[in-house]
Amino acid sequence: MTVLEQPGSYRPTPPPAWRPRTDPAPLLPDAEPYRLLGTDAAAGLDTGLLRRMYGQLVRGRRYNTQATALTRQGRLAVYPSSTGQEACEVAAALALEDRDWLFPSYRDTLAAVARGLDPVQALTLLRGDWHTGYDPHEHRVAPLCTPLATQLPHAVGLAHAARLKGDDVVALAMVGDGGTSEGDFHEALNFAAVWQAPVVFLVQNNGFAISVPLAKQTAAPSLAHKAVGYGMPGRLVDGNDVAAVHQVLTEAVRRARAGAGPTLVEAVTYRIDAHTNADDATRYRTDAEVETWRAHDPVDLLERELTGRKLLDEDGVQRERDAAEAMAADLRERMNQDPALDPMDLFTHVYAERTDQLREQAAMLRAELDAAGDTTPGPQEGAQR
Amino acid sequence: MTTAAVTTGRKPATMAQALGRALRDAMADDPSVHVLGEDVGALGGVFRVTDGLAKEFGEDRCTDTPLAEAGILGAAVGMAMYGLRPVVEMQFDAFAYPAFEQLVSHVARMRNRTRGAMPMPITVRVPYGGGIGGVEHHSDSSEIYYMATPGLHVVAPATVADAYGLLRAAIASDDPVVFLEPKRLYWSKADWDPARPEEVPGIGRAAVRRRGTSATLITYGPSVPVCMEAAEAARSEGWDLEVIDLRSLVPFDEETVCASVRRTGRAVVVHEATGFGGPGGEIAARVTERCFHHLEAPVLRVTGFDIPYPPPMLEQHHLPGVDRVLDAVARLQWESEWTAPSGGSGGPAGVNDVKDVKDAVKGFDEFEGGVR
Repeated sequence: MTVLEQPGSYRPTPPPAWRPRTDPAPLLPDAEPYRLLGTDAAAGLDTGLLRRMYGQLVRGRRYNTQATALTRQGRLAVYPSSTGQEACEVAAALALEDRDWLFPSYRDTLAAVARGLDPVQALTLLRGDWHTGYDPHEHRVAPLCTPLATQLPHAVGLAHAARLKGDDVVALAMVGDGGTSEGDFHEALNFAAVWQAPVVFLVQNNGFAISVPLAKQTAAPSLAHKAVGYGMPGRLVDGNDVAAVHQVLTEAVRRARAGAGPTLVEAVTYRIDAHTNADDATRYRTDAEVETWRAHDPVDLLERELTGRKLLDEDGVQRERDAAEAMAADLRERMNQDPALDPMDLFTHVYAERTDQLREQAAMLRAELDAAGDTTPGPQEGAQR
Repeated sequence: MTTAAVTTGRKPATMAQALGRALRDAMADDPSVHVLGEDVGALGGVFRVTDGLAKEFGEDRCTDTPLAEAGILGAAVGMAMYGLRPVVEMQFDAFAYPAFEQLVSHVARMRNRTRGAMPMPITVRVPYGGGIGGVEHHSDSSEIYYMATPGLHVVAPATVADAYGLLRAAIASDDPVVFLEPKRLYWSKADWDPARPEEVPGIGRAAVRRRGTSATLITYGPSVPVCMEAAEAARSEGWDLEVIDLRSLVPFDEETVCASVRRTGRAVVVHEATGFGGPGGEIAARVTERCFHHLEAPVLRVTGFDIPYPPPMLEQHHLPGVDRVLDAVARLQWESEWTAPSGGSGGPAGVNDVKDVKDAVKGFDEFEGGVR
């Protein structure tokens, strides 16, 4: 007699037990970007910190305009401005302790400077006298990264290594909305979550990947929602509200440091300038759209908060602007000096030790340089002219 | 203790075992050495090279990662930034391609980018090459991609002793090393003492595997045994072939190669990788540039065809074998007058309709100035 001949006697074996690996509910971002400035909650904020951030924002804005001006004077090869995004840049730098690491993208020169990097050294890549102009270990700022999102796995690896060594170090990695489409974004978030690495991912959603708007980049409810798929919390924050970004990042850093794993933060902001000085933004967006964001300017937002609460007066505003002008003047002056170049550097750091082939090529270049030197006027001849 | 007792530590070991021992010893000697990759933990890697490492050193030192090669190598970059010495296993040659951007854009450039502030002491182990009956994507010879990337060292062992010695050297190197492990030599054996591994030359030195006077076979990795066999077979044809095992493609040991070719006056480069734009072109060009007046014949190449790697049931037609090597040797202008083989100049050496080897040997016998 078969099973089929015994109606009701067949009991299928139940499949192995299944349950979700993580409760997704607590990982979900808020429905609206988190805001502090202009809300009642702002009253409880550390006023010293707000003043410090204000100074950084004013100087940051001036840094952006000065760097953009330097491209017109041929002193910078290119500058991807973060005008309009200064709140994210400043908050990222200030959310970290000295021992922590920052992993900036090419648009995040300002975050590196806000972390203490020399403004001229930070611009080496964009001036073009070398690639990375600073020792990353000095301020724990990884090289400004040009290939999109490829620095994110580095941040994960570094944070993982620090934890393996027993060090209390957090890595904060910065990426743009376009970068979230890259495979490395996915792999980095997945590795970070699986390893519970002390990493914070800050996505500056500035609306555009050069010319392509976010709608053509993703169908996700928000970029912060992507976190849920990796099993980490996603936070959505107003990227022009420096107090809110700072608070969200500080909380994510604290969480990472406590061993609770990574966080993905999406800061909603806007790229006021074109992609770089070489880009023409009028081809893909309207002035009216830009104006709506100018009305939500990160520097103005904080300035209104501080002046409204009598924490800053006109003199205070002027003092910060003067400090920013002094910084810009110093930057101008230093950038107007030609960088010292040594063509032989081309061979110095390719390997720990030069290969025979590189020794041969270095000798060739040396001979070319020497020969060129022979044809230039000697000191006496030159002095006569 | 007799001398014999001292040498009894030498017993047959496979290349895979020697590689595993190198990893183990490196991890034991240096706590900053970390192994990471797919299936390297409990499984011991698909080729069992990492067998036992997770058990001995813990999962923090030998880590099964998520299945994502760019993520593995990208994480290794960050680990190296923090002072660790990662050894990454790519499961197969073709599965290393997703990590290519990390390798080319970051691993290879980081030292130079940061003026030496951030060296990348990363070893990327890549099981490579064909001849194991692998289905598509399991048999590529990808060395040319790595060779064409300044900042990387590219190493390929061919012997058990070199597998150990070169892997130790790669891990100890402060530069990134792409370590190509010839899959079909994984189970090749040699007498070897794991407790007393013999000293081998470092990265960047070639080895003369067989001394000879008639012509030089320049090769590496899985083609070394092929060339050794060809050299043995050539004896009966009257040729005394020298065989050079490059061991390291970058740095390239021009000195050893050119010294040999200047003595023999003839050279054939042998590798599995495709010929057009392959390593052999670079090697032939270098040898020609530096040894022109010593050459009795053009430097020839015996390579894989310029085709996507074939399916396993056809791969024997693609891989350079002993006959093809001997055919190429036969074409090294042993006669006083050189005639181009029929069928045009295209295609890897030995593939065209060349003279029968015996005819060539006859020509060799008749050519008085044949041996330098």
